[in-house]
Amino acid sequence: MKLEVGYIDIKGIRFGDYNAVEDGILIVNPEPLLEPVLEDPLIKSAHFEIATPGESIRITPVKDVIEPRVKVEGSGGVFPGMVSKVDTVGSGKTHVLRGMAVVTAGPIVGFQEGIIDMTGVGAEYTPFSKLHNLVLVMEPVEDFKQHEYEAAARLAGLRTAAAIGELARELVPDETVVYETPTIAETFKEEWKDLPRVGYVMMLQSQGLLHDTYVYGVDAKRTLSTLISATEVMDGAIVSGNCVSACDKNTTYHHQNNPVIHDLLAVHGKKINFVGTIITNENVYLDDKIRSSDWTAKMANYLSLDAAIISQEGFGNPDTDLIMNCTKLEKQGIKTVIITDEYAGQDGKSQSLADADELANAVVTGGNANEVVILPPLDRVIGTLDYVDTVAGGHAGSLRPDGSIEAELQIITGSTNEMGFNRMSAR
Amino acid sequence: MSKFKVVHYINQFFGQVGGEEMAHIPAEKREGPAGPGLAFSKNFGDEAEIVATIVCGDSWFNENLELATETVLEMVKEESPDLFIAGPAFNAGRYGVACGTICDAVQTELGIPVLTGMYVENPGADMFRTKVLTVSTANSAAGMRKAVPTMAKLALKLVKGERIGASVEEGYLPDGVRRNFFDKKRGSTRALEMLLKKIAGAPFETEYPMPTFDRVPPMPAIKDMTKATVAIVTSGGIVPKGNPDRIESSSASKYGSYSIEGVDDLTSDTFETAHGGHDPVYANEDADRVIPVDVLRQYEKEGKIGKLHDWFYSTTGNGTAVASAKKFAAEIAEKLISYDVDAVVLTST
Repeated sequence: MKLEVGYIDIKGIRFGDYNAVEDGILIVNPEPLLEPVLEDPLIKSAHFEIATPGESIRITPVKDVIEPRVKVEGSGGVFPGMVSKVDTVGSGKTHVLRGMAVVTAGPIVGFQEGIIDMTGVGAEYTPFSKLHNLVLVMEPVEDFKQHEYEAAARLAGLRTAAAIGELARELVPDETVVYETPTIAETFKEEWKDLPRVGYVMMLQSQGLLHDTYVYGVDAKRTLSTLISATEVMDGAIVSGNCVSACDKNTTYHHQNNPVIHDLLAVHGKKINFVGTIITNENVYLDDKIRSSDWTAKMANYLSLDAAIISQEGFGNPDTDLIMNCTKLEKQGIKTVIITDEYAGQDGKSQSLADADELANAVVTGGNANEVVILPPLDRVIGTLDYVDTVAGGHAGSLRPDGSIEAELQIITGSTNEMGFNRMSAR
Repeated sequence: MSKFKVVHYINQFFGQVGGEEMAHIPAEKREGPAGPGLAFSKNFGDEAEIVATIVCGDSWFNENLELATETVLEMVKEESPDLFIAGPAFNAGRYGVACGTICDAVQTELGIPVLTGMYVENPGADMFRTKVLTVSTANSAAGMRKAVPTMAKLALKLVKGERIGASVEEGYLPDGVRRNFFDKKRGSTRALEMLLKKIAGAPFETEYPMPTFDRVPPMPAIKDMTKATVAIVTSGGIVPKGNPDRIESSSASKYGSYSIEGVDDLTSDTFETAHGGHDPVYANEDADRVIPVDVLRQYEKEGKIGKLHDWFYSTTGNGTAVASAKKFAAEIAEKLISYDVDAVVLTST
């Protein structure tokens, strides 16, 4: 599949009385954008706020982060099966509003949303402090069911991002990059025969209610491991639908900009032969774990891989899926590197993962999520601080009287990402 | 601003007393810096000074461990320093063990921050790296020029109470404590580079060495339980009231063997838990909740099992090192075999 991605750099966001992108500035007229959001009977109120890198702003509770994109040429539309109708994406031309994101915020579960600080210590840990953020703050109606409201909030974010992306349809990109993935037959061409055949195993959070990921609209926990093209992922074929610890959940933005995919494509045909991407789930039942990891191994074998990178989402229970995927590939002679993060305790002295195996001898870590950080008080809060003490990573008294926050890194959105999005590591 | 006071420990060789032939000399204290201490002083600049140097023979220290530790501790105490440095010992085994021993004693007994330096394969590094901050050095004194600035920088951070970064940043041997830091490249790029090395068969370094666990295949099932002798082994810390063996509440260094001959039921008057990792109220009220003596005794009477073994074996699993647990288990297993025990109920908390 061949996808031409045109990047339009966004240098700022401001409110106005029309919606457009002009000279790299996104102008937002809230009313028409909020209309479809408020049509949902579960959403009581919604409004937009703007957060610029370096501003003294704390956004919380953060649900998802989404990059606005639009399909300009080729079949399908962004977020197929969620916003656009189901149709294969990943070919043709896509425009991206680079340097910005739509952030959905507001209470959902109350203990599994995160924090994005736009300045200070906290900003160093989250990649989203570097983006111009259009924050969609929503509130649910009373007596809502959390999982139903999650679906409403998820869809509101995706629809808003798609609507903003639409503004880039006719624009001339600042940069254009062509990404191309081979067919199986092409991977055997003469020119690449000396290159190692490398695959990517992308694990998707699917532990259950509110811990879900969607692929072309399908709940990943109801799927078997399968193949997907790297360019389909760029067009939003995979979206986040989960409320898990903020630090190592893969937001929709992470999927759209998957760093493993980008790094593998960058050396494809030069240092490696990037044969394909396998997606596999992280279900909670043992039978599911065995079946999915068996299937991953079968597919890796079918692709005749020499080596693979395996990325994870979440921690604890999914550590077992990670180790199963890793060991089953290694036992077939497929060399692996796994990307994970650690829960080594606040003192850093505990065992980092819930499972271990000596075959997992090549590990990249996104850092210890239990490490405590003190976030300074910031001038403005987008959303509410009501949940800081109860969110994963916080504790009673996390929010201190002066507005500063003492909490584990777990609380910061994207801080210990297990796709290897960040520079943070641990020893 | 007054300078931080540092006491430095070196061996007879670096104290320029002599080589192996002088390794028997007892500890002596000199004023000011000596040997490698001069290089440290230079690196400390105006911020810290070595007020005294303790020179000690490697053989004397290792052959008189207790006396040597006491003697050196006393010498350090007299100076009431802000920091204690030993070595670097490079690959000198006895020197390394002395540095580790004395650093451990100084930080535990005197509450003063300590620092040493060694080659990764020095036996002293193996023994002390998780207790004493140990800078990774070359295997010979040729590495002095590189070791001193690394140690001096870390020493100043310690004495000022500044945050210590990850081992790869600061240059110390991994001490079992995981610390975050910002690497130069993002994780996905590090993963790709690691994979390329692994594919090429080149050496690579994992960012998280996996702990290795023994996977023990289960024994075949017992065919006739009515003839089996059943024993109880626990990491739940159940001990006779008063904890006669003083088993630690956390990070246990021992286990106990206790008789339950003729005991039908554990009561709050006779047994309790030594475990510090859980709320002990329910265990202390009725220790059968942790080790089911009452139920097993009942089974014994009903003929469901052959016999309840007269002894149970207990330690606290709370923060106890795997190495210690392994040692206890080997000893307990031998005892169980010698008593012809057929089955064990293992309980934890």
